[in-house]
Amino acid sequence: MGLLSNKNKEVLAGPLSKNNPVIVQMLGICSALAVTSKLEPSIVMGLSVTAVVAFANVIISLLRNTIPNRIRIIVQLVVVAALVTIVSEVLKAFAYDVNKQLSVFVGLIITNCILMGRLEAFALGNGPWESFLDGIGNGLGYGIILVIVGFFRELFGSGTLLGFQVIPQSFYEIGYVNNGLMILPPMALIVVAVIIWVHRSRNKDLQEEN
Amino acid sequence: MGEVLSTFVRSIFVDNMIFAYYLGMCSYLAVSKNVKTALGLGIAVTFILVCTLPINYMLENYVLKEGALQWLGAQFAEVNLSFLSLLIFIAIIASFTQLVEMVVEKFAPALYASLGIFLPLIAVNCAILGGSLFMQQKAFANVGIATTYGLGSGIGWLLAIVGMAAIREKLAYSDIPKPLKGLGIAFIITGLMGIGFMCFSGLKI
Repeated sequence: MGLLSNKNKEVLAGPLSKNNPVIVQMLGICSALAVTSKLEPSIVMGLSVTAVVAFANVIISLLRNTIPNRIRIIVQLVVVAALVTIVSEVLKAFAYDVNKQLSVFVGLIITNCILMGRLEAFALGNGPWESFLDGIGNGLGYGIILVIVGFFRELFGSGTLLGFQVIPQSFYEIGYVNNGLMILPPMALIVVAVIIWVHRSRNKDLQEEN
Repeated sequence: MGEVLSTFVRSIFVDNMIFAYYLGMCSYLAVSKNVKTALGLGIAVTFILVCTLPINYMLENYVLKEGALQWLGAQFAEVNLSFLSLLIFIAIIASFTQLVEMVVEKFAPALYASLGIFLPLIAVNCAILGGSLFMQQKAFANVGIATTYGLGSGIGWLLAIVGMAAIREKLAYSDIPKPLKGLGIAFIITGLMGIGFMCFSGLKI
């Protein structure tokens, strides 16, 4: 079996669209919404979650035959909490400003449902390499949604991207105004709802009955 | 006393866990399909918040914070264990969830069956760890205010999920575009409820 057989490709690419953790599996919504008022924290958050999911998946997958079933949730929490502590300390050291913006949401990666969901559903039943790919795939699938939401909210909310002004001054002179509502929390939900709408009208099999 | 009241009201309406910080969205979206189950989960979450916040507050102030170990003796004054706080908080929360799970299983088996997987998953409900982390960030003056904050956040979460469940029960009869059905419309409703709750944001007591 090669390192990237067809099954593994499926594991890696599935979560990017068809099986996206946020808009299809409904996992990890909390942080997906809270950090996306700007593009930069969205990217950092996406990368942090990818790193944590990938490595937590590998560790749990290696331990999967030795963890007693009854206490597996606690073991998973400890592994995840340790990894998140590392990520949080690294962010504090190298990206202090972003860390300030993310505030408690770095710590909340622990309770991000993507982690528990992937650990329970995938890592407990698959080998380390597949689990690693699954973690990367799901982390990136999560990151993509974050980046899309962050992109639109920052563009329409403050007229900037990554802090650079992109909407030209001449627009403002003829009466264009930033939509302040985009910065506020409730708009994140509505942007995600629109993404779901577009995604599901393209993938008819995902539509729900009621 | 005024501070307690203001923390209580603010944590329910202004800093609402769901509408202002989106904490606990996963179980909020999945369990809000009927009012009874939503109420049960809301009460369980409130209970766990009220129990874990004071404990975590004590741990934060007497064990974890920089200089918190001073009561052991002068040589401990410089110990800073705050990097352990995530691990300790989640351990306390997980063990309390286990406790509540056992109590609910014994005394309310029907509720236990209807909550299903979401009861053990309260341990990973962001609202609860979020409560503890906000407590750490806001540095409340005493344990009473921290407990009040827990109670208020819990009630705010309960209000949100019960309101949402009531709306979704009615929604079964409405004609929604197919791709928006289910998850999509739930997001939009939450967004609109959030905009509604924003009118409380200037609230001062």
